[in-house]
Amino acid sequence: MPKLGELLTATRGRGRLDWTDWLSYGYLALGVLLMFGPVLWLVLSSFKTPAALTEFPPRLLPYGQAMVKVEGQPEALPLYRAKLPNGSTSEMVELRRIGIQATMIDPKHPDEQVQVNIRDRQPVREFHLATENYVDIFGKFDFGRFLWNSVFITVVATLITLLFNAMAAFALSKYRFSGQRSVFLLILATLMIPPTIVLVPNFLVVSELGLLNSLWGVIWPAVATPTGVFLLRQYMLTLPDELIDAARMDHASEWRIFWRIILPLSAPALAVLAIFSIMWRWNDFLWPLIVLSRTENFTLQLALNAFQGELTTQWNYLLAMTVLTLLPVTLVFAFLQRYITTGIASAGIK
Amino acid sequence: MAGLQMHHVAKRYGATTVIHGVDLQVDDGEFVVFVGPSGCGKSTLLRMISGLESATEGDLILDGKRVNDVSAADRGLAMVFQSYALYPHMTVYQNMAFGLENIGTPRAEIEAKVREAAKLLKLDALLERRPTQLSGGQRQRVAIGRAIVREPSIFLFDEPLSNLDAELRVQMRTEITALHQRLGTTMIYVTHDQVEAMTMADKIVVLRAGRIEQVGAPLDLYNAPANRFVAGFIGSPRMNFLSAHVATPGDGGVRVALDAGSAASGGTLLPVRSDGVAAGDAIDVGIRPEHLSLDVAPDHVVLDATIDQLEQLGAASFLYCTLPNGEKLTAQAAGQVDHRAGDRVRVGFAPQAAHVFRRIEGEPALPRTTRARAPS
Repeated sequence: MPKLGELLTATRGRGRLDWTDWLSYGYLALGVLLMFGPVLWLVLSSFKTPAALTEFPPRLLPYGQAMVKVEGQPEALPLYRAKLPNGSTSEMVELRRIGIQATMIDPKHPDEQVQVNIRDRQPVREFHLATENYVDIFGKFDFGRFLWNSVFITVVATLITLLFNAMAAFALSKYRFSGQRSVFLLILATLMIPPTIVLVPNFLVVSELGLLNSLWGVIWPAVATPTGVFLLRQYMLTLPDELIDAARMDHASEWRIFWRIILPLSAPALAVLAIFSIMWRWNDFLWPLIVLSRTENFTLQLALNAFQGELTTQWNYLLAMTVLTLLPVTLVFAFLQRYITTGIASAGIK
Repeated sequence: MAGLQMHHVAKRYGATTVIHGVDLQVDDGEFVVFVGPSGCGKSTLLRMISGLESATEGDLILDGKRVNDVSAADRGLAMVFQSYALYPHMTVYQNMAFGLENIGTPRAEIEAKVREAAKLLKLDALLERRPTQLSGGQRQRVAIGRAIVREPSIFLFDEPLSNLDAELRVQMRTEITALHQRLGTTMIYVTHDQVEAMTMADKIVVLRAGRIEQVGAPLDLYNAPANRFVAGFIGSPRMNFLSAHVATPGDGGVRVALDAGSAASGGTLLPVRSDGVAAGDAIDVGIRPEHLSLDVAPDHVVLDATIDQLEQLGAASFLYCTLPNGEKLTAQAAGQVDHRAGDRVRVGFAPQAAHVFRRIEGEPALPRTTRARAPS
């Protein structure tokens, strides 16, 4: 933590702020605002009530109507600052409203009812987190189902991706066979084909295999990634061949060499690929949209999309769900990001 | 425990031949050292024995069975690599146990064997460490331990000491020799260091460019090198080669005239057989630095030399000299000498210490008439 403080207050000049300091801090602040602003806005908005969301001009923090429990009334009532007929202003709760006339009472004197024109009163606002947005989506919608679908696809696809890509990378980096180079180049060449080009052929294949509307239809086409093969191969090239020779002398089968020697030693590169794969699968939208058409198979991303109705959208729920959808991938990234830098660095060099 | 025979074993990579038809017999329990300059094919030969490389042609016979098509895993040999090749993610114990796990040894037996090997190699206290936490010598021991626990029929060592510092190398050298005496297992050891070869081997195999130049006991190679290459390779500092001509070949020896010698001497009788040499043939006379002497005896062949450089080691001194005809000569004198660079000295050698090499293909040595032995 002291390191962080040092980093944030570092200056070029000794003691005084140089003009380059102003420039760089300004630039960085702008960057933070641009990058982090929308996320912050999203998170704060997800705690707003529908009324607060439609409010204009919008406020940054979630404010809600203050509610007061009044003696003799079964429920809490909304609090207003009202201009009374006698000219004074007082904080009163609304008992009921007919047209533009509201019947209001003073919480301290619950028996005196006053008629107030609604133009003569202002709602009293207080900071209020609408946590019900989050609570409700678990009950109202099949959020758990969507979450499970997303988690299942992400976890299973990532595990299979790691296994298959590691096996391909092992063969390409440690075995000498004719055509090895061409196979590798062929795999790399697929990087140049945009995914949208192969969308239709992929769909036809998945459809023929009867995997439409199944989570496996999302998983299988995604597991073989040229990026993953390339990343792992480059890393495995740096593992000394003598280790494999030693394992062979130790009577290890090729599978055992892969499983016991190569995989554990490739852990940094595998971690990088795992992070990538988790982010890809979790954020994937287009392919699941094509393959999954029944609501019970929807992933979170598809559910979010479906939530945006043609005529009305329940923004408060949509925003809460968006935050929940962002959360896992953010956590994964936060905890594993150091592997990305170390892994990419060591996969590239040497 | 097993003997190994190689019959005309060759290795080719495309058009390049790396090993040219090698024939070799390794007896049970023998310590054989393959030695040669880098690129001579000694490691390739070892890897072919191990099964990590396949032989292009010829027969590899292990314990009476042809093993050309048997995989490295099934040959029952163990190898110690130059880089040790310890599994970095496993502890010392796991490193040593890995081979036994692979052949399905019961857990209790693995434990017993690993502990025994660890005790033998003084690794008891290090079993839970990772290879990165060990020093070079300790890693070397683990690599040897990993080979021992498998109880292989033959140990293969691929330049195991070249990554260690000089002091540790000497220590590990004696440890490996002691291990061989204790286990009595056949060991094949590859090195480019002729000192290791001389000190450890029962039998040395000298290789050059994929061919065996000579096979023999260390002292046989020293005393009776088969050709100029072996003569130059075995022994430190390197043997001096002086160009000369045959004056008169005869039964009692060959009379030669050294190009660097005084013309008046009229030739020196060297006790070698005159196989196939005629008067006037150009030859090389080989003389080891340690057989040159500054105290010239009456029967010595004498040379006038100018000292270019002098190295005093205390127990011995090396004189790097130039002869009148421009040839270089290295002489080793016992103890310390009272000379300095630029001094002219007379150095002599006993005729029976000289080797004679013909200048035909392979530069073979003329066999000696006397029993090969270094003069005192």
